[in-house]
Amino acid sequence: MSLIWIVGLVFFLAFLAPFIDKRLGKVSGYLYALLPAALFVLLIRLLPAIIDRHFIVRSIDWFPLLHVRLSFYLDGLSLLFGLLITGMGTLVLIYSGYYMQHYPMRGRFYFYILLFMGAMLGLVLANNLITLFVFWEITSFSSFLLIGFNHERPEARAAALQALLITGFGGLAMLAGFVLLGNVGGSYELTDLLQNGAVVKSSKMYVPLVLLIMVGAFTKSAQFPFHFWLPGAMEAPTPVSAYLHSATMVKAGIYLLARLQPILGGTDLWQFSLGLAGAMTMLVGAYFAFTQTDLKKILAYTTISALGMLVLLVGMGTELAITAMVIFLIVHSLYKGALFMIAGAIDKTVGTRDIRHLGGMWPVMPIAAVATFLTLFSMAGLPPFLGFIGKEVIYDAKVQAPQIAVYLAILAVTANIFMVAVAFLFGHGVFFGKRKDPPKIPKEPAIPLLIGPAVLSVTSLFMGIYPAIITQPLVMPAIDAVNASPVDLHMKLWHGLNLVFLLSVITITLGLTLFFFRKRATKALRKFNQRYFKIEFTDLFRRLVENFLSFTKRHTEVVQHGYHRFYLMLIFIVSSLLVWYQLYHTRGWGFQANWEEIPFYLLGISLLIITSAIGAVFTRSRLVAIVLLGVIGYAMAFIFILYGAVDVAITLILVETLILVLFVMVIYHLPGYMPKYSRPASRIRDGVIAIVFGGFMTALVLKAEFIKLSPPISDYFLKEAFTKGHGRNIVNVILVDFRGLDTMGETVVLVIAAIGVISLLKLKPKKKEEEE
Amino acid sequence: MEIILAIVIGVLYAAGVYLLLRRSIVKLILGLIFFSHATNLLVFLAGSLSKVSPPFVQEGQKVAQSTVADPLPQALVLTSLVIGFGITAFALVLIYRFYQSSGTVDFDQLKED
Repeated sequence: MSLIWIVGLVFFLAFLAPFIDKRLGKVSGYLYALLPAALFVLLIRLLPAIIDRHFIVRSIDWFPLLHVRLSFYLDGLSLLFGLLITGMGTLVLIYSGYYMQHYPMRGRFYFYILLFMGAMLGLVLANNLITLFVFWEITSFSSFLLIGFNHERPEARAAALQALLITGFGGLAMLAGFVLLGNVGGSYELTDLLQNGAVVKSSKMYVPLVLLIMVGAFTKSAQFPFHFWLPGAMEAPTPVSAYLHSATMVKAGIYLLARLQPILGGTDLWQFSLGLAGAMTMLVGAYFAFTQTDLKKILAYTTISALGMLVLLVGMGTELAITAMVIFLIVHSLYKGALFMIAGAIDKTVGTRDIRHLGGMWPVMPIAAVATFLTLFSMAGLPPFLGFIGKEVIYDAKVQAPQIAVYLAILAVTANIFMVAVAFLFGHGVFFGKRKDPPKIPKEPAIPLLIGPAVLSVTSLFMGIYPAIITQPLVMPAIDAVNASPVDLHMKLWHGLNLVFLLSVITITLGLTLFFFRKRATKALRKFNQRYFKIEFTDLFRRLVENFLSFTKRHTEVVQHGYHRFYLMLIFIVSSLLVWYQLYHTRGWGFQANWEEIPFYLLGISLLIITSAIGAVFTRSRLVAIVLLGVIGYAMAFIFILYGAVDVAITLILVETLILVLFVMVIYHLPGYMPKYSRPASRIRDGVIAIVFGGFMTALVLKAEFIKLSPPISDYFLKEAFTKGHGRNIVNVILVDFRGLDTMGETVVLVIAAIGVISLLKLKPKKKEEEE
Repeated sequence: MEIILAIVIGVLYAAGVYLLLRRSIVKLILGLIFFSHATNLLVFLAGSLSKVSPPFVQEGQKVAQSTVADPLPQALVLTSLVIGFGITAFALVLIYRFYQSSGTVDFDQLKED
C-alpha cells in the first residue's frame, strides 16, 4: 500500500470519527485503536525491505509551479517514528476508550486525536520540506485543540493559546528556513538535499537557515527558553499528554534535527547551538521536575529534560551519540507514555494527582504499582531495563565526545541524578508512606487504563534483557538514516567494569542519596526557587503578548481612526507628493503661455468656471452653491460644443439639469448650512492640500501634452464607423457598437443606482424604540 | 490654448478636494460632482483639441474627414457622465435617508454613534 494512502486513510477516518461515535457510543474508542494497530502491523511488514536499504519513495504533484510535491519517503528513521506513532497510538486509544467515556463531545476528541495521528505520520513520512511543514502545522493545530479540550476551564484555554503561539511562531520561522534551504540546496525533496549537504553547508545562507530551522525544532520540542508551554499543556486530558506531549509530537523537533543532521550537521554552529540548548534544557527540566507536586507536571518537566538530552545528542552528531539518541528515544517513549497513563489512571480512580495527597496506594492497587515501578526503573536507568542500556550508551557517547567530554559527562550525570531522585520520589510518593486524604476511595484502576502501562513496561523489561531484538531491525536502520553510513552495533546489558559503568553507579548512588534527603532537599530548593527563580516564563510570555496586543491596538487606532476625511486627506497628500516628486524629477514640461492666442470666449468661459468654483466652495448658502454648480456644468457643456463634442454637451446639459432638480429637492429636507464645523487652522490646512493637489493636476495636463504615445486607436473608429458600424455619428457608433459591452455595463450601473434610489425612498426608517 | 483649460481642471480638482475634506455630507457630494467635472474635462483634453468639427461621417462619404475631432474621448466622457449621474443621484438619496435616520449631516457624529 502506498504511503500516501496510509496518511490519507487516517485523515479520512478522523473526519468520520464524530459520526462513528454518535452511532457506536462508548465502545468507539476501542474500535479506533484498531486503526493504528493495523498500521503498526503494516509498517512492521515493511521492515525487512528497509533493513535491506530498499527505501520507499512515493510522490504526486501538488503545486508543481512552487516545487511542492506531496512526496513521501520511508527509511529507517521514519519507520522508527512511524512505529512509535502507531504503537503508542494503539495503546493510547485503548486507554482513551475508558478514560474519555464520560466526556461530552467524545467524538470530537477522537477526531482531534486521529487528525493529529495522521498529521504526525505525514510529518515523519514526508519527503518534501513544504509537505513536512504542512503536517507540522497540523500537529501544532491539533495540539492546540486537544490542550484546550476542556475549554470551559480558562487555564486550559490560556495554555492552549500559549502552546499554539509558541509552536506556531516556531513553525513560521522554520518555513522561512525551509525556503532558504530549498533555494540553496536546489530542491525541496529531502532525498535530493541529502546528496547536497556540502553545497548547503558552504553557502552564505547557511547560518540564517540553520538558526531559523532550529527555532522551529526548539519550540516544538520544548527546548529552553521555549520549554514552558509543555507543563502548561498538561491541561489536556491525560491520553493527550501521554501521546502528544511525551511520546510523539514533542519528538517532532528531534525528528527534524535528526533528519537534517546529514545535511546541516557537523559544523561548529550546529554542534554548539544544539549542545547549549540541549544541555540547558536537560538541566532546567530535571531540576524543576524535582520540586513539582502535580504528577503530570513532574512528568512534563522530566520530558523536557529528556528532550534536552536528545537535542544534545543530535548536536554531538558522532556515531555513538546518534546511537544513544535513537535508543534513548525508544526508551523514553516507552517509559514516559506508561507513566503518563498511570498518572491519569490514578487521577481517575483516586480523584487527585497531587503527590501531597497521595501515598500508601501499594496495597489497594498492586498491578498499577508493579507496572509503575517497572517503568520507573527504566526511567532511573536501573538494570536490567532498556533505560539502563540507554543511559550507558549516552554516557559512553559523552565520555568519548571530542574535547568537551568532561563537561558533557558532568552535565549528563547531574541531570540523571535528578532523574533517579524524581523516579523514586514519584514511586514512593504514590505507593508507599502513609495514606493521606484522597477525594475518592482508592481501588485498582480499570483494566483498560492498565493495559498501556503494562504492555510498555513489559516491553521495556524484555528489550532490556534481549536488546538484540531492537538493535538489528529498528535501531540500526535509524542510525543509518541519520549518519548516512552503515553502522555496526552491539548492545548488551553488561559492558564490563569501565568508566561508563562507574558513572552509572555514581548516578544511582547520588540519586538515591538525594531521594533519602528529599524533605530537606525539596524544602531548600523551593526556598531557593522562590528567591532566585521568580521569573515565571508563562507570566513573561503573557505580558509579552499583552504588550504586543496593546501596541497594535494603539497603532491601529492611529491608522484606522474612523474619520472619513482624514483617510481621504492621507490619499490626497501621498498621491500629490509622489506626483510632484515625479514631475520634478523628470521635469521637461514646456508650455507656451501665449495668452493672446486664447480666444476671448474660451477665456471668458474659463474665468466663469473658476469664479463659480471658488464661489461654490466659500458660499454660506446651499442654494447658491448648487446654482453655481449648475453654472459650471452648463459652462462645461459650452466648452464641449466648442471642441466638437455635440453629444457630450447635450448629455451634460440633461444630466446637469436633473442633478440640479434632485439636489434642490433633497436639500429642502436637510438642515441649513451647518454652523462652522471646522476651525480656521484646519481650513487653511485643507486649502493648502487642495491647492497642491489641483496644482499637480494642472502640471500633469501640461506635461501630458508633450508625451507621444503609440498612434491613437481613434483612426480606426474614424475609418470604420460607417463601413462596419453603419452609422454616421461616430461617437454613437463607438458607444453602441465598438464598445457596446461598456455601454451595457453602464446601463447596468444606472439600473442598480435606480433600484437603490427606489428602495432607499420606499423603506421606512425604523422608529427609535428605546427612550433611555 | 490648453493652458487655460489646464488651470480650469486644477481649480476644479482643488475645489473638489477642499469640499471632500469637510465634515458636512452635503459638501462631500458637492466635492464629488466637482471631481467628476474635472475628470471629464481631463479625459476630454486627452484627445487633440486642434480639430474642432463634430465627428460625423459626411453624407455621401464612407470615411470621416481628417478635420473631425477625436471621437474616442467623447465616447468615454459620455459614459462617465451617465455613470456619474447615477452615482450622484444615489448619493443624494442616501444622504437624505441618512439624515432621516441619524438626524445629522455631520460625519464626525456618525463616528460617535
